[in-house]
Amino acid sequence: MKKKLLSIILATAMVATMVGCGSATSEPAAAEPATKEAAEEATPAEEVAEEPAAEEASDDLIVVGYAQVGAESDWRTANTESFKTTFTEENGYQLIFDDAQQKQENQIKAIRSFIQQEVDYIVVAPVVETGWETVLEEAKEAGIPVILSDRMMDVSDDSLYECWVGGNFVKEGEDAAAWLKTYLEDQGRGSEEINIVTLQGTIGASAQVGRTEGFANGMQDNWVMLDQQTGEFTQSKGQEVMESFLKQYPDIDVVVCENDNMAFGAIDAIKAAGKTCGPEGDIIVISFDAVAAAFDSMIAGDLNATFECNPLHGPRVAEIIQKLEAGETVEKIQYVDESYFDTSMDVAAIKETRAY
Amino acid sequence: MKKLKLEGNQFLLLITVLLFAVMYVIGLIVFKDNNFGRLQVFLNLFISNAGLIVIAVSMTMVLITGGIDISVGSVVAMTCMLLAWMMEKKGIGAVPAVIIVLLIGIVFGLVQGFLIAYLKIQPFIVTLAGMFFARGMTAIISTEMISIKNELFLSWAQEKLYFPFGGYVNKKGVVINPYIYPSVVMALLVLVIVFLILKYTKFGRSIYAVGGNEQSALLMGLNVRRTKLKVYIIDGFLAAFGGFLFCLNTCSGFVEQAKGFEMEAIAGAVIGGTLLTGGVGNVIGSLFGVLIKGTIETFITFQGTLSSWWTKITIAALLAFFIILQSLFAKAKEKRK
Repeated sequence: MKKKLLSIILATAMVATMVGCGSATSEPAAAEPATKEAAEEATPAEEVAEEPAAEEASDDLIVVGYAQVGAESDWRTANTESFKTTFTEENGYQLIFDDAQQKQENQIKAIRSFIQQEVDYIVVAPVVETGWETVLEEAKEAGIPVILSDRMMDVSDDSLYECWVGGNFVKEGEDAAAWLKTYLEDQGRGSEEINIVTLQGTIGASAQVGRTEGFANGMQDNWVMLDQQTGEFTQSKGQEVMESFLKQYPDIDVVVCENDNMAFGAIDAIKAAGKTCGPEGDIIVISFDAVAAAFDSMIAGDLNATFECNPLHGPRVAEIIQKLEAGETVEKIQYVDESYFDTSMDVAAIKETRAY
Repeated sequence: MKKLKLEGNQFLLLITVLLFAVMYVIGLIVFKDNNFGRLQVFLNLFISNAGLIVIAVSMTMVLITGGIDISVGSVVAMTCMLLAWMMEKKGIGAVPAVIIVLLIGIVFGLVQGFLIAYLKIQPFIVTLAGMFFARGMTAIISTEMISIKNELFLSWAQEKLYFPFGGYVNKKGVVINPYIYPSVVMALLVLVIVFLILKYTKFGRSIYAVGGNEQSALLMGLNVRRTKLKVYIIDGFLAAFGGFLFCLNTCSGFVEQAKGFEMEAIAGAVIGGTLLTGGVGNVIGSLFGVLIKGTIETFITFQGTLSSWWTKITIAALLAFFIILQSLFAKAKEKRK
């Protein structure tokens, strides 16, 4: 009896499933003419007055959809602002901006929506490097070029995106080493043995890998890298690691911090250990990113130099779009211009002029 | 009495469906120049939310028993990570990998169900532990993100099922027919099956009975504990299955994936007319709950300048609206008693 009942249920389930599928496909079909009708109904009245003007405007403007990671840091906010101030209607653009709240699935949704809105270009600052093939294929099929900003994507077919725009972390590291070399020479310590420690970023992050590699490229024969450990890009971890470095190695000359936040932690640790740092102190502190707080630290005389990681990608992306509009091909890898700041400069004045 | 209850629930469902329709029509009017009316925009709601539909369906079932499962988001992340890790690091084929994660989901559900049904521990606490455990395991497997390159898996993920009609020519001159991915078909299949189970089987009716009033369910001779256990096993399985569909969309595994997914599923179910107190709920409503969320997100991206956090605020307003509506119905019902 029970078995019979079960088989009946299964049979009805199967039939209903098929019916369900059938209706699932026919439902949108029925809905579609209706929506067309609705759209047509809505248009005539306004068509006369608005349509020509609107048409013209949308013809002129280049529509750019930007799928941003989120608003997790000052750097990110400056990056967003850079896009918002570059892609304005005065400059001939319409920007559709989406904040993905640090979620990849939100970015995928945003890209799909950009495709439907038929934007001219899609710009993505991917939350993560992986898992983009499907949605990029959809963009490719629709013929919309995709430009990556800041972070790379790990896709097997690099024709899925037009190019990548971002900072050159290796060069930042090399610049830091070159700066240190000149700085030491100016102090007359060019041939002295220099003991260096590094607070690395989160292992595997592109900023960590690039900056570590770049600094290693610029190492001199008389420099000794005593130790390298990760401070995970955070102030508290940076302080913790620096404390242990100071206990282990009594004679540290230079600490390289792979972002500003870790440098702030390291400075606290140095002061707590009764040592001094900065241009007047025992230990030279170098960091990366050049956020506003780093300028304060230089003004206070704690930090020696910071190497910029430029968030202002907007103008560079606009440049690329103009080239693509003109039918030119563009380089796959596009670095933004980056500089550095040290205490020999008028850092207080520079801070006033900076966007982040 | 029973007839009245049914009417009330159907009324709630009707409001949800109506709300979705009204929102969609508003979208059609406001964004008529941005191609909102395209079939593909509607289909994208399903494509982007296939995993969430399955999770919301399974959440609905759990909520009907009067329970809750907040581990699903982490289970989704663990499933994605396991799939990516097995296929990319261990060289396991796509089919066995999927079978393994589904089995793990069942075991996960079995353990949680046993603790809830037989040891009578609060579902919230059990699944809270499950949530931490699954998220932790995800990180233990790999803290680095893994990209899925397995060809068979990618072919499932990228196989477009085109509709033979409703195509459009975009301004680049490319003809694109509306399409869905296999994940959408699978999600709708799950929806239909669970719908039928809840509505037409003895097991389905006992789920409602257990959630409505456990004491009277016991007196009626229902095996309350076994019913609950079964529900959590199915829930575990569907969490893993939802994870699989989610993974088809993202094709990668990493620790932070699907954070807050459980809350989105609960919100979807509640907007769809499911009561957290148990005994009342409908998976069709939950589907529309998810679609409403998707529509709000689509609004935000089409609008282009609003902060995407308005999605959350709108969901909050809708939740408040539906909760108030539900409590008004409950009050009215009591009065008639």
